[in-house]
Amino acid sequence: MNRSAETATSTPDARGYFGEYGGRFVPETLVPALDELEAAFSEAMADENFLRQFAQLQATYTGRPTPLTYASRLSEHLGGARIWLKREDLAHTGAHKINNAMGQALLAQRMGKRRIVAETGAGQHGVASATVAALLGQDCHVYMGSVDIVRQQPNVFRMRLLGAEVIPVESGSRTLKDAINEAIRDWVTNVRDTFYLLGSALGPHPYPLMVREFQSVIGLEAREQMLEASGQLPDVCVACVGGGSNAIGLFHAFRNDESVDLIGVEAGGHGIASGAHAARFADPSLGRPGVLHGTRSFVLQNQDGQIMNTHSISAGLDYASVGPEHAWLRAEERAHYTLATDEEALAAFQMLSRLEGIIPALESAHAVAEAIKRAPSMPRDSVMLVNLSGRGDKDLDTVIQQLEGEL
Amino acid sequence: MRGLHALKAMFANADEQRRPAFLPYYPVGYPDLESSLDAIVAMSRAGVDGFEIGIPFSDPLADGPTIQAATQRSLEQGTTVRDCVAAVRSLRERGVDQPLLLMGYLNPLLAYGVEEFVADIREAGADGLLVPDLPPDEGQTFCDICERAEMALVFFLAPTSDAHRIRLVDEHSTGFIYCVSLTGVTGERDALPRDLQEFIARVRAGARNRLVLGFGISTPGQARQMKGLVDGFVVGSALVRAGGDGPAATGALAASLRASLDRE
Repeated sequence: MNRSAETATSTPDARGYFGEYGGRFVPETLVPALDELEAAFSEAMADENFLRQFAQLQATYTGRPTPLTYASRLSEHLGGARIWLKREDLAHTGAHKINNAMGQALLAQRMGKRRIVAETGAGQHGVASATVAALLGQDCHVYMGSVDIVRQQPNVFRMRLLGAEVIPVESGSRTLKDAINEAIRDWVTNVRDTFYLLGSALGPHPYPLMVREFQSVIGLEAREQMLEASGQLPDVCVACVGGGSNAIGLFHAFRNDESVDLIGVEAGGHGIASGAHAARFADPSLGRPGVLHGTRSFVLQNQDGQIMNTHSISAGLDYASVGPEHAWLRAEERAHYTLATDEEALAAFQMLSRLEGIIPALESAHAVAEAIKRAPSMPRDSVMLVNLSGRGDKDLDTVIQQLEGEL
Repeated sequence: MRGLHALKAMFANADEQRRPAFLPYYPVGYPDLESSLDAIVAMSRAGVDGFEIGIPFSDPLADGPTIQAATQRSLEQGTTVRDCVAAVRSLRERGVDQPLLLMGYLNPLLAYGVEEFVADIREAGADGLLVPDLPPDEGQTFCDICERAEMALVFFLAPTSDAHRIRLVDEHSTGFIYCVSLTGVTGERDALPRDLQEFIARVRAGARNRLVLGFGISTPGQARQMKGLVDGFVVGSALVRAGGDGPAATGALAASLRASLDRE
């Protein structure tokens, strides 16, 4: 087996496998649609016009490149590594999700599919999808678990304002997992004229590859900005991992920089012992290889193979599986995965707000929590790059409830 | 006589009677374990030709609301994959002699262990297996194991399938091919899809397997329309819905669907 060559290109094989993870486990009805999508995607990525249009919208609409900010007071406070923040929170709609939504919506347009379906957890992918659909004149339908609708009200209103239909999902745990089930059922039903705009680096091939390619701009920019600003590569890159799109988008550009540690942070919820978490890699009793939503990866499941309900304070990390490329990067020991609990994320949320004047999304606060744990033990001349994947305005209701009386 | 031979005999018998075979779908554990077995026994006595026995899964993405709700309820009562294997054994003990195929999503089968699962259901008296989220492209391990066990492994075709997919599925499917009548999930529909004849003609032209049609078939009128079109058909949601009123209701509906096939 030629491992080094695989690592260098980091491309899944023809059947969409990263090592033993990935693949295409879907009802037969969808196989032709995935073949069509795969062909359209690879044609588009080889088409100068498509790439030019994508780059131009990123610059003039999304607001790319997003800045790299040196977190001077946070670094000083922690007294170790110098911490830099990749500011995806400053992208249009307030999170990295628009990078992928824009790429896929342009692809849908190219394929002549005007009807878009999407799922959303925190609402950020739903908002990004609704936004690009408005921009491109597409008809957008977003499935969202009714539990998430309650905890992410502002984003529900945003989507409706943008002209999208938000469809509450009442099945199962009524969160992201169930929203994906419903989006897939919609796609199976309307497959001939509908494009499924999947929001994370998961699902059947070619989605994990496609989402990574559309998100890889994060790492490409950050790597260049880092070299320009500090003259060196970071010693460590940190990103939160739900499905894993912001993390894979950051990690991809650094995959061949052997000196750079890549750290993904899962949602520890109330802690592993409680069972109420979304840490697929950290809980060997529940997190095992399995198949969910068309891909083979690590899945939180009971002994009987039923998918577990998950818990995280952040809706965007509250998911029972993880993108297959992360499972592979972990198996190859190219990336390492840890977790932050709800409590740690909340503390990080407040610390970043007070020390830097940046209110992070609760998802991104998990990455900040890891920075808070790790930076003090690192030398002062070391550099840590944290992906600030989104802003926290959408989370104010949740945080107000948690911190009632403390502020 | 079990496995592929049992299915072959089932189709031959239906051919002789100049009608398609009728294979009800029913999930284990709805509304509870005992009632689901009673419902299947009642349908067996009503003269159906074979069964698809559903294994509940938490995330059944090919199923519509009726089967979602029924399998969810089954899981809430603690139904396990081992219960489903045991259900096959107890159905055989109760005299159900029609072919039995287990229908289950992939992850619970992976958790059980595919080799062990196939061995166990064979030993319990099942004849085959259908896995709706396993296309043949990912199914080589299953194919090898089922072939060794002489169990049917049924793959699916859909109206979106082109000649290449029809050929691939025909090469891998054993027992029959499950043709999904429409683009969509399981559930009752007022009418059969308009492009059904064209779809089945396309499959017939490219496949040598027996064809069994499912999704959206629920009434005696729709069942009659299967005559001369396909070798067999599946009714699921309507029988499951009837199961909410007890096993006798499921048995009565199965009897009326079966009787509709004997009318000219």
